[in-house]
Formats: sequence, C-alpha cells, structure tokens
Amino acid sequence: MRSGTVYTETVIYSAPEAFVNEAPYQTAIVTLDGGGRVTGRIEGNRAKIDDRVVEVEERGGVPFFKKA
Amino acid sequence: MRPVAVIGAGKTPFGAFPDRDLRSLAVEAGDKALRNANAAPAQIQSFYLGNFSGPAFVGQNHLAPYVSTALGIAGVPSTRVEAACASSGSAFYHAWAEVASGINDVVMVVGVEKMTSQTTARVSEILAEAGDCSGEMKAGNTFASLFAMIARRHMHDFGTKKEHLAAVAVKNHANGALNPEAHLRKVITLEQAMAGKPVADPLNIYDCSLISDGGAAVILAPLERAREFTNKPVMVLGIAQASDFVALDQKEDITTFPAVRRAGDKAYSSAGVTANDIQFAELHDCFTIAEIIASEDLGFVKRGQGGPYAFEGCTRRDGARPVNPSGGLKSKGHPVGATGVAQICELVTQIRGEAGERQLARHSLGLAENLGGSGATCVVSILGAA
Repeated sequence: MRSGTVYTETVIYSAPEAFVNEAPYQTAIVTLDGGGRVTGRIEGNRAKIDDRVVEVEERGGVPFFKKA
Repeated sequence: MRPVAVIGAGKTPFGAFPDRDLRSLAVEAGDKALRNANAAPAQIQSFYLGNFSGPAFVGQNHLAPYVSTALGIAGVPSTRVEAACASSGSAFYHAWAEVASGINDVVMVVGVEKMTSQTTARVSEILAEAGDCSGEMKAGNTFASLFAMIARRHMHDFGTKKEHLAAVAVKNHANGALNPEAHLRKVITLEQAMAGKPVADPLNIYDCSLISDGGAAVILAPLERAREFTNKPVMVLGIAQASDFVALDQKEDITTFPAVRRAGDKAYSSAGVTANDIQFAELHDCFTIAEIIASEDLGFVKRGQGGPYAFEGCTRRDGARPVNPSGGLKSKGHPVGATGVAQICELVTQIRGEAGERQLARHSLGLAENLGGSGATCVVSILGAA
C-alpha cells in the first residue's frame, strides 16, 4: 500500500447529502512517497500537516489513510 | 480593440425568495439595467447569461433564450456561460470581447442563480460538481472543505491566524449592514466570528458565504456611443480571464491562485495601472481565506501577509484600500451565477457616486475579482470613471 506525508487536511462537519451520515470525517491531500498528490480520507487519529500516513484501503476509488 | 463602457447596471436584492423563480429574478435585473441605460430591448444586439447550475437547482436548461425572450430581446445571439462561481464574470468578459472587437455594439450580460429551493446538503452537492468529481469530491469534500484545506496550509506556511480570517467576516458584515440589497445585514463581533458553528475545520459558518437567490445585469457599448444612452458611462479599463487546474491536488502550491495572478497581471497591464493605483475592490470572498489570498495574488499586499493586512483594518471601508464595500459574498450574498456581474454593478455604483450610505471616499478606480471553483477560473476587471 502507498504511503506519504499530509500536505493539508480538514475535518468536515457540514457534509454533502451523500456523506451526511459519516460526518464529522477527515479529508486530506497527501504527497505520496512515489511522487504526486492524492486526495483521500484519514481514518482513526487525526493527522496534521507533515504527519506520515499509510494507505489502509481503497473504497469506491477513494484512498483511505491512517497515521503511520 | 476599441474602448468599451458600461452604460447601465441593475440588480435584484439578494436573499432567500421562496416566491421568486429564476426567470423572474433575471428579468428584474435585466429590466433595471435597461432602464438604467435608457435602452430598449430592441437595441440589444447580443445577450449573455452567466449561470452555474440552473438545471440542478431548478430543473431548467437552455437558459439564455429562456431569459432573453422574457426580457423582450428577440432573435439575437443568446448565450449561456458556465464557469462555476465565475460564470457571470466570464459572461461579462465574453460580452466585453464582442463589443471591443466590433462584432456588436450593445450587449447585455445577466447573471442569475436560484439556490434556496434546495436543502443546504443538496446545495453543497450541486456546488461540488464544480470540483473534480472523479477525485477530490468523491472523498466527501465540499467547497468549504477545499478552502479549509487551503486555509490550513496558508496558516502552516505563513502563520495566518483564525483571527485574521474572522476579521474578514466582521468587516464584510459591517459593510453589508450598510447595503439595503444585502442578504444578511447583521453586524457581528470578532468573538462571534471566532465562535461560529464549525463547517470544515478551521472554517466555521462565519467564514462561509451565503446560499442566496438573485440576479444582476449590465449593458456594454463602445465608449464612442456610450453618451447616446447615459451621461454616466463607466469605462472597462482592463479585463482578463485565466484558468488553472480544477482539482486542488494537481496544484503545486495551494496557497496562491495562479489564475488570479495571471488575470490580474493582464488586466493591470491593459488598464495601464498597478495594484497601488486601485482605490477599492470587490474580491471573491466565497470563504474568508479566499479574500485574503486574492489580496496577495493581486498585489495589494505581499505574499503571506494578507491575514495581518485584513486584521489591521487596511481593507475596511475607512482603510487604505477598501475591499468588498458591498458586503461581499459573505454578507451581500452569493447567488453563484449572479456574483460576477453583481461585483461589476457595485463598481459602477461606487464609481458613479451613487452608493448612498456605503459610498466610499475614493471611488474613481475599482477592481473586481471573480473566482470559479478552487481557482480554476478567474476574471479580473478594472473599471474607472469615463
């Protein structure tokens, strides 16, 4: 699985209709170790900018990360 | 290119109007602009409509002739422009190009959006279609969360503080309280602005613009013909549109908007002015951080210093260069497709000295910056007294 560093992040409280039942949840842009950036979700403990994260799974085309 | 002037402007109040439909808002704005320009519908040679998502918000498409015919404008080219929240700024740009190049003389631009018949969650979903729906939006992002991530990075890189963001909201609410056509005329304190209900950390409800209904319209003509219509023409001194990636994660640095810098540089250069000459501005404060970054990208203040610049009062109506004397998207309201032309209406009103209680002391040269999405489209217009 991919790993990288958090470039930026937020916790969403006011979600779009399809995600209302999941709020609050954390999204982030992650700079991948292999190069490039990807937008995904952070599960578990909140990650901050510059934290290391690893991908735990992909759901519906969305990468889910957790703090390394 | 020949010089172009705004010969008439008009808008509806912005707000939540359950009894009004999209077309009636667009027609009210258009009628007001026609009266303001002393023009008849038969004199309009081309019509542009800026609208983001009539199909999703109200279930109506083919909107340009749907509106123009209701205004009594028959037979002429009638074109809808969609560029997210910069839809009517872009429509204004294309209308200007048509007049400047000599294709037509008298061209009307209307911007309109009817948003409040949908729930907030559904509005968020419709607006999210202006992002990259194959990537960032699939993860559950909203425009508020994209701008929250921009704010978070700006705070990390430059030490921007939550208080700086809140100062923008306080200032724009104070300005909007003086605007009889603003959606939310409510003065707020810094403490209130800091303690709003969280939307997407670090942004709370006071950092976010409003969901509004409204329409705005202007009419353009070559300067040489402007005085056939009005004794108060306002010159379009410089205008430019620029673009960038739709997805935030494709940008090298999300704390600056290259499209704003490009459009700004080009507009300054064609107007023959610099940032220092601009006396007041309407900047696209869809979120408080967006106004801060726009003030940097347009050269009002050095990179990274937009937060303190706002916090110290430089952008207040009594400051060195007032920003958003209308109240901005935050207080005046943000019917997204109407916003770009509404900014032009505010410049025209201020430059003509017709802004009443909110009239600025220095008002002969103004700039409007209309942003689409998280920076994929930007239109910068510089207007001045003719």
